[in-house]
Amino acid sequence: MAKGIWIYADHAEGKLRKVSLEILSEARRLADKAGEEVAAVLLGSGVAGLAQTLGYYGADKVYLAEHDILKDYRVEPYSKVIADLISQNQPSIFLLGANINGRDLAPRVAARVKTGLAGDCTTLCINDQGLLQINRPVYAGKAYVDVVCPEARPQMATIRPNVMPLNAPDEAHKAEVINITPQVADMAIGVQIKEIVKDVSGMVDLTEADTIISGGRGMKGAENFAILEELAVLLKAAVGASRAAVDSGWRDQRFQVGQTGRVVSPKLYIACGISGAIQHLAGMRTSKVIVAINKDTEAPIFNIANYSIVGDLFKVVPVLTKEFKEKLSG
Amino acid sequence: MKLIACIKEVPDTATQIKINPAGTEIIKDGVEFIVNPYDEYAVEECLRIKEKFGEGEVIAVCMGPTRATEAIRKCLAMGVDRAVHLCDPAFEKSDTYATAKALAKAIEKTGFDLILCGKQAVDGDGCQVGAQIAELLGIPGVPLIIKLEISTDKKTAIAHRQVEGATEVVEVKLPALFTCQKGLNEARYPSLKGIMGAKKKEIKFFTPADLGEAPGSFGEAGSLARMVKLSLPPTRQGGRKMEGEPEEISKELVKSLMEQDKVI
Ligand SMILES: Cc1cc2nc3c(=O)[nH]c(=O)nc-3n(C[C@H](O)[C@H](O)[C@H](O)COP(=O)(O)OP(=O)(O)OC[C@H]3O[C@@H](n4cnc5c(N)ncnc54)[C@H](O)[C@@H]3O)c2cc1C
Ligand SMILES: Nc1ncnc2c1ncn2[C@@H]1O[C@H](COP(=O)(O)O)[C@@H](O)[C@H]1O
Repeated sequence: MAKGIWIYADHAEGKLRKVSLEILSEARRLADKAGEEVAAVLLGSGVAGLAQTLGYYGADKVYLAEHDILKDYRVEPYSKVIADLISQNQPSIFLLGANINGRDLAPRVAARVKTGLAGDCTTLCINDQGLLQINRPVYAGKAYVDVVCPEARPQMATIRPNVMPLNAPDEAHKAEVINITPQVADMAIGVQIKEIVKDVSGMVDLTEADTIISGGRGMKGAENFAILEELAVLLKAAVGASRAAVDSGWRDQRFQVGQTGRVVSPKLYIACGISGAIQHLAGMRTSKVIVAINKDTEAPIFNIANYSIVGDLFKVVPVLTKEFKEKLSG
Repeated sequence: MKLIACIKEVPDTATQIKINPAGTEIIKDGVEFIVNPYDEYAVEECLRIKEKFGEGEVIAVCMGPTRATEAIRKCLAMGVDRAVHLCDPAFEKSDTYATAKALAKAIEKTGFDLILCGKQAVDGDGCQVGAQIAELLGIPGVPLIIKLEISTDKKTAIAHRQVEGATEVVEVKLPALFTCQKGLNEARYPSLKGIMGAKKKEIKFFTPADLGEAPGSFGEAGSLARMVKLSLPPTRQGGRKMEGEPEEISKELVKSLMEQDKVI
């Protein structure tokens, strides 16, 4: 019988991604209720050092696969190694972060081991039948769906970053490391990484940000985003944009929030000069606290904002930044 | 070259979603359907590749109800040469795995050198079907591309893809599947001539039998993940309206965010 809750430990530049620790925390909570074991799957080259941290966050076991071929994430070898591991060990549940790698890897692994997958989940529970029941947004958060995987195993889900609370690390909790020899040496791999061009912006990425400050058409020009960036640096926030701002060429498309951009749920979302079209709301309506600054009292964004500031953003934002500066330094 | 674009019809993004009382599906009355926005990039890119090489055939593959013919016609009007429509009640309520299985079979039957999908369908927001088609066909799959260049010998491609905080440049052996992200291109509008011409273009219909499969291979019976229920999100009430001098508003807001909401 399938047993154990597994997570995929995604990492970049020698560090575990925050989402990996979030899903590990969630796996630990589920496992404690069900009396099961938690295992993390760690692939890469020279990453053994990360295993300990996985233990602190709740992993009982770490399956460690190291190989030159696994140095950078690539879906073909990664999905093969993980699918092999799953076939050998038959876990009951397998969770991945719904970040870029996770959303690429999970469907490929699921198709390979022929199991059901629920993507970008926001809550999980074990239901009355003992099945993993997940809840996930569809139509960009305009509706939610509950999904189960009744027969096939493992029950797979990717989990949206920033929604699962982190456990406090417990340095007494040690993981047993199981070294495995990945069967990848003679694999035909169709994708070769030529180059990784880092963003020079140095800005916090939208997915992992606790605070997002977004600008829309009301920003009037690319150069004016400097006032949002100043506040963002202060609050360690990411800067997002409406599609109107992206289509005007003021911000890169990767920062677009909305139904056809990124769907985000930070603790705090500050919308500046954004009207609140349904496609924009779809991408940010699950934020914990929403602040909207708009000079139009009728702007639809005010219908969902916790704080509706009616005013000129060019007057409000600089003063708000000053106020934060004083409060945070004091 | 056979260039495949997988296209899905989805509710217009401006649609206010309503759900039937049983919580099993959205209410489709009065809903307008469009080509999934990301799939338009896939169609556009196929057309550009064909134009660049001056040869090839662009084929749209769509699984969906009879109504989806309209979305298919739009793609034909954009310049797609012909379409394959997986249209049968047995396909309804497929999960992403059953969908990918059906599409992969249809694509295999049609023949392919390159497959382009959208990064996700903006109805179920699954983000899975592309990767699963690639897996089922045993070909490389590269998600989230914003640039694609096919080599002159058509054996490889260079793609730029978005990852967190960086752009990855990859070289890919063809045939391969790519999923398209905004930024790849600007999709064209159908011309009047295109719209007229679309009416005469071929749409081939496929049932499970045409794919050599039992009806139970698809739809709910062929799915691994099951929907329990659909629901609407809790409605969000507008909160405090703040008007007045920026200084006062800012003081009040910062205090509230830090002390009451504790989000900073
Ligand atoms: C298929 C499709 C997909 C889409 N996907 C997305 C998506 O993913 N994300 C997205 O955002 N949109 C999306 N849209 C577009 C969406 O419908 C809106 O057009 C867009 O969100 C509007 O952006 P905006 O609010 O910045 O601009 P506008 O609607 O023009 O609003 C600008 C606002 O700024 C305010 N303003 C102006 N000057 C000031 C000032 N000095 N101080 C304060 N306020 C000021 C105005 O009062 C106004 O409310 C999509 C549309 C379609 C058709
Ligand atoms: N029913 C379908 N018919 C044709 N293509 C589809 C269908 N479902 C998904 N796709 C393709 O797969 C992509 C990802 O879909 P999804 O995994 O549902 O988000 C879409 O953008 C389409 O290109």
